[in-house]
Amino acid sequence: MAAHMDIPPSRLMRLLQLGDGASALRAGSIWQCVSCQTCATRCPKKVDCAAVMDALRQLAFERGAASPGERRTVLFQRAFLDNIRRNGRLNEIELIGAFKGMVFLRDRSLPFLFRDAGLAPRLQKRRKLHLLGEKARDRGVVARIFARAGYGGAQ
Amino acid sequence: MNLGYYPGCALHGSSNDYEQSLRACLGALDVTLAEIDDWICCGATSAHSLNHKLAIALPARNLALAHRQGHAEMLAPCPMCSMQLLRAAQAMASDHGLRAEISEMVEAEVNSGPRVLNLIQVFQHVGLDKLKAAVRTPLKDLKPACYYGCLLVRPPTVVDFDDAEQPTSMEAIVAALGAKPVEWSYKTECCGAGMTMSKTETVLELSGRILANAAAHGANCLVVACPMCHVNLDMKQGAIEEFLGTKFGLPIYYLSDIVGMALGLSAGDLGTDRHFVLGGQN
Amino acid sequence: MSRIGVFVCWCGENIARTVDVQKVVDACAELPGVRSAQHYKYMCSDPGQAMIRAQIASEKLDGVVVASCSPHMHLKTFRRAVAAAGLNPYLLEMANIREQCSWVHHDKGQATDKAIELIGLSVAKARFDRSLKPIRVPVTRRALVIGGGVAGIQAALDIADSGYEVVLVERDPSIGGKMAGLSETFPTLDCSQCILTPRMVEAGQHPRIRLYTYSEVEGVDGFIGNFKVTIRQKARYVDMSKCTGCGECSKVCPLKRNLSEFDYGMGMRPAIYMPFPQAVPARPVIDKKTCAKIIRNGCGLCEKKCAPGAIRFDDTDKMVEEQVGAIVVATGYKLYDIGREQNSSKLRGYGEYGYGKYKDVIDALQFERLISASGPTNGELKRPSDGKIPRKVVFISCVGSRDNAKGLAYCSKICCMYTAKHTMLYRHKVHSGEAHVFYMDIRAGGKGYDEFVRRAIEQDGAKYYRGRVSKVTQENGKLIVRGADTLAGIPVTIEADMVVLAAAMRPADGVAELAQKLNVGYDEFGFLLESHPKLRPVETNSAGVFVCGACQAPKDIPEAVAQASAAASKVAVTFAATELTREPEIAHINEQTCAACFACVRTCPYHAVEKAEIRARNGALIKHTARVNPGLCMGCGTCVAVCPSKSADIEGFSEEEIYSMVEALA
Repeated sequence: MAAHMDIPPSRLMRLLQLGDGASALRAGSIWQCVSCQTCATRCPKKVDCAAVMDALRQLAFERGAASPGERRTVLFQRAFLDNIRRNGRLNEIELIGAFKGMVFLRDRSLPFLFRDAGLAPRLQKRRKLHLLGEKARDRGVVARIFARAGYGGAQ
Repeated sequence: MNLGYYPGCALHGSSNDYEQSLRACLGALDVTLAEIDDWICCGATSAHSLNHKLAIALPARNLALAHRQGHAEMLAPCPMCSMQLLRAAQAMASDHGLRAEISEMVEAEVNSGPRVLNLIQVFQHVGLDKLKAAVRTPLKDLKPACYYGCLLVRPPTVVDFDDAEQPTSMEAIVAALGAKPVEWSYKTECCGAGMTMSKTETVLELSGRILANAAAHGANCLVVACPMCHVNLDMKQGAIEEFLGTKFGLPIYYLSDIVGMALGLSAGDLGTDRHFVLGGQN
Repeated sequence: MSRIGVFVCWCGENIARTVDVQKVVDACAELPGVRSAQHYKYMCSDPGQAMIRAQIASEKLDGVVVASCSPHMHLKTFRRAVAAAGLNPYLLEMANIREQCSWVHHDKGQATDKAIELIGLSVAKARFDRSLKPIRVPVTRRALVIGGGVAGIQAALDIADSGYEVVLVERDPSIGGKMAGLSETFPTLDCSQCILTPRMVEAGQHPRIRLYTYSEVEGVDGFIGNFKVTIRQKARYVDMSKCTGCGECSKVCPLKRNLSEFDYGMGMRPAIYMPFPQAVPARPVIDKKTCAKIIRNGCGLCEKKCAPGAIRFDDTDKMVEEQVGAIVVATGYKLYDIGREQNSSKLRGYGEYGYGKYKDVIDALQFERLISASGPTNGELKRPSDGKIPRKVVFISCVGSRDNAKGLAYCSKICCMYTAKHTMLYRHKVHSGEAHVFYMDIRAGGKGYDEFVRRAIEQDGAKYYRGRVSKVTQENGKLIVRGADTLAGIPVTIEADMVVLAAAMRPADGVAELAQKLNVGYDEFGFLLESHPKLRPVETNSAGVFVCGACQAPKDIPEAVAQASAAASKVAVTFAATELTREPEIAHINEQTCAACFACVRTCPYHAVEKAEIRARNGALIKHTARVNPGLCMGCGTCVAVCPSKSADIEGFSEEEIYSMVEALA
C-alpha cells in the first residue's frame, strides 16, 4: 500500500525516531495500511512495523487525531467494535447499517449510502444474508471486557 | 479425530458457505468438530487497530472457554481468527503477569492450551497418504493457483507455519488430489482484507492484481483458506472485472471445496453452488 | 630479613591531588621489612629510575615496591630499571595507587589510607618474592600456513623469502582461493588472475615452500616453537610425479555434467578435472563422489588414455607429519547461503528474493564467474536460464549482512565496493545495459574507494536507489524487483533480466573445528579472535598461532595482503632467536606431593599439564605425577585452584604470597 500512502512506513518510523509523534498520528497512511504483516516479516532490524501502526492507530483514535481523509475507515472500525460489544458476535446487517448511517451523517453522500444495495438480494439468493444475526449468550461479560479494556467508542 | 471448532463471525455470517464446505468435507474424513460453546468474536482488525487490550482479551476468552470445554486442539478456519488466537496465546505464554490480568478481565482462566490449528494443518494431520487413498474423483482438470493470503504464514514468529515467502503446504494437498497447482507470484500478497466496505478501491486494486497474476500463470481457478479473501476475490470479482476492464471468470474455491470435490461430494453438499463465480463443477 | 625499598610516585597531580604522598611515605617506612621509603614526582622518568637504582646500590635492597600507576603502563620499565641495578626483575612489585585509588576516590583522607594499605599488600608479597629466570624454549624455524588464498600465499612467500621453510596446506585441489575466481578487482580493475597467478606460481615453485594441496590439517600438538602437525593428503587418484598435466583424461571423461565448484555452479566440469586452467599445481583430481570407476568399477577411460600411466584408482588418503614453530591461519571466507537451508537456527535465508527458485537470481561470486574472461561463458554475460545477454541487471546490497532478524548482524565491508565494480564491468560489456543498485548505505572507506563508487554512478551510469528490495517475482521471463527509494519516498519497481545478490561474507566451512585444534577462539559468527583488535590484529591468544585475511573478519584484498605480511613479520619475530623466552610466572607442580589425580590435566584450558612418570635408574616406576609444560602454561592458576593436595602453585604468585597479602589486610 506504500504507493498510496502520504507518508510511507519508513518515513513514519523516522518521524517517530525524531520525536515527531504528532505528524505520525495525523498521517493517512496508518488507516490505509491493511495490516498484511509483510513489513514486520521482512525488517532486518526486527522492528515490528505492523505493531507500531497498530499503536499509532489506537493513539490517533483515542485522541481524536485521525486523518480526516480516512474518516470512513476509522468509522468502520469503530462501528465493528461497537457491534461486537453489543452482540458478542458480528451482526453484519447491523454493522452495514450503522456504518453507512454514520458515514452518511458526515458526508451526506447518497451514492455511498446506496452502493452495494444490490448486493442484498444476491446474498439473500445464496442464503448468505442473515437478517437476525447471531448473538453470544453471555453478552454481559463481553460488555465488561470492553469496559475493562478502556474502550470508550467515542470520537 | 476430534477437534474443538471456532468458526468465527464470518463463517456464521455471509461466509457460511465455508462452514458448510468444511463440515461436509471433514465429516467425510471422520473428523468431528465440536463448536466452542458461546464463543465470541476474536476482535479481528478492529480490535488490534483500536485497542491493544481487547486484541488480546477477546481471543483469550475463547482460548479459556475451549480449554474449559476440554479441547486439546481447536480448528479456527479463518486465518484472522487463528492469527489473533495464536498471538494472544504467545503473549500470555511468555508473560504470566499478563495471563493473570487477562484471565481476570475475561472472567475465565487462561491456560496454555488448546493448540490452534488452521485448515491446512488439519488436512496434514489427516495425512496426505490417507487423502490420496480417499480420492474418488481425481481433479485432473483443475489448475489452481493456491492463495495463502497474509495471515496464514505471517508473521512467522507468531504463526510458525510453512514458509513465509514460498509456502508449499496447500500445493502439496492439492497435488495429492490429482490437480495441477500452478507456480505463480502472488501467493502471499494481501487481497485488501477488511477494506471491502470502507475503502473498496484498495480491494479492487489488490485483489485485481491477484486474479490477473493467477490468470497470467495459467490458473483456471484459485484455492483460498480465508473467508475474507474469498469475499474479495469471489463476491467482488465482478466489480474487479469492471474496474480493470477485463474478464476473469475464475472460480474461487475453499481448500475444503477442493478436498470435498476429490472425495466425490457434490456442489450442493459443499455449497460451491452458492459462490458468485461458478466453476465447471457446478 | 627483608630489605625492601618503597618508591611512591606523585604522577604529577594525578596521584598527589588525592593522596597525601608524604603521609604515605612516612607510614610505609614503618612497615616490617621496609628499609627505605622515597617519593618522586614522576617515578617512571629518568631521574625517577635513577633514584631507584641508586637506592638499590646504597641500601642493598633485596626487593622493590613502586607505588604508582597500573602495571599495564610501566611494569616493563621498572623491571628493566631494577635489572640494570643488578637486582632480579621479579623482585619488583607494583602497587596501583592511581587507577585503583587516586583516580576513583574523592576523599583525600580515605584515599591516603587506602594507598597505604595497597602498598602494605605489595610489601607483604615482596617479602616472599623469589628470583625467577625467564623460561627458554627451543624453536623449530619452520612455519605452517593453513589456506592457500591470496592471504596464505602472501604470508608463505614473505616467510619463505625471510629464509625459513614454509608448509602451505590448501583444502582445494589448487591454491588461489576466492581471488582466483574473480573477474577484475577494485579499485584498479586489474584482472584478478593476472595479478594473482604470478604469486601462485612463485609459491608453487619456491624452494622453501612445501605445498600440500587437496589436503587438510588433521591435528595439531605442541606449543610455540614446537608444533607437531598431522596433515591429511586426500586421495587425488592421480600420481603427481608421473602426470604431465596434458588434460587428455578430462577430454575423454564421459561424466561431463557435474556442477563446477570453481564456477559456483555456473558451469560444468567432468569427474576428472583440473579446477581451472591456471591451477597450481596444474594437475587434475578425480571427484570420488561421481567417478564411475570408483563408485561401481565401471568406465576407466581416463586410465586407458593416460600415456604416462598417472591415473591410480588405488590411491588412498595419506597422513603426513610436519614439525613447525609457528602457524598462520588464512582460511578465508565463503558467501552466506541465501537459500532456506542454513547451518544455524538463527539464520533463515531470503526466500523473498527467489534465489534457487529463479535461475537468473544469482549471488556475487556467481556473477564474477559469468563476467570473467576465463569463466564458463568466456566472459560473455549470458544469463543462466536462456543464455541471453541481460539488458537490465539489478544489484541488491546487504543480503544477509546487517540483519538482526534472520541474517548476520555485521557489515561485510566489501559488497558496496564490488557492487559498484559489478555495475562498471557490466556496463563496459553491455553498452546499452542498465545497471540498478538498491543500497542502504554506501561504505567506501579505502584509498580511492569513494571516487571509485562515484565513477560508477557518474561516468558509467549506474542507477542507485536508497532502499531495500522487498520481493523478486518472475513474470514472462522477466524478474520483477519491487524495492523502494526512501530519499524520494517512493516505491521503485524494475523489470530486470538478472538479479545479483551481494551475499554476506562468512568464515569458510570447518573453521570452528580447526580453531579448536589450534586452541584459538572464535566469535559467534565463526571469525577467529585476534589478541587485541587495535594493537594486536594478527596474533591470537594461542602463542605461536597467527591469523590473517578474511578468516579474522570481512576484508578486501589489500587488507588481506597487508595482514598476511604482518603475520609473516610476527613469525619472523618468533624465529628471530634460536630460543624463545617466556615469562616465568607460570605454574609448577611439586612432584613429591602430587597424588596424580590429574584434575589439573583435565581442567587446564591450555592443555599445558602433562601426565608424567618418575622412574628409578633401573627403569622401575616410582610414581606418576602431573608436570607443567613451561612452553604452554599461561599462568592462569586454574590448576592451583583444583589441586586437592596443594601441589600446584604459581611462581611469583604463590599461595604463600597471596595469603601473606590477605593477612596484611586483616
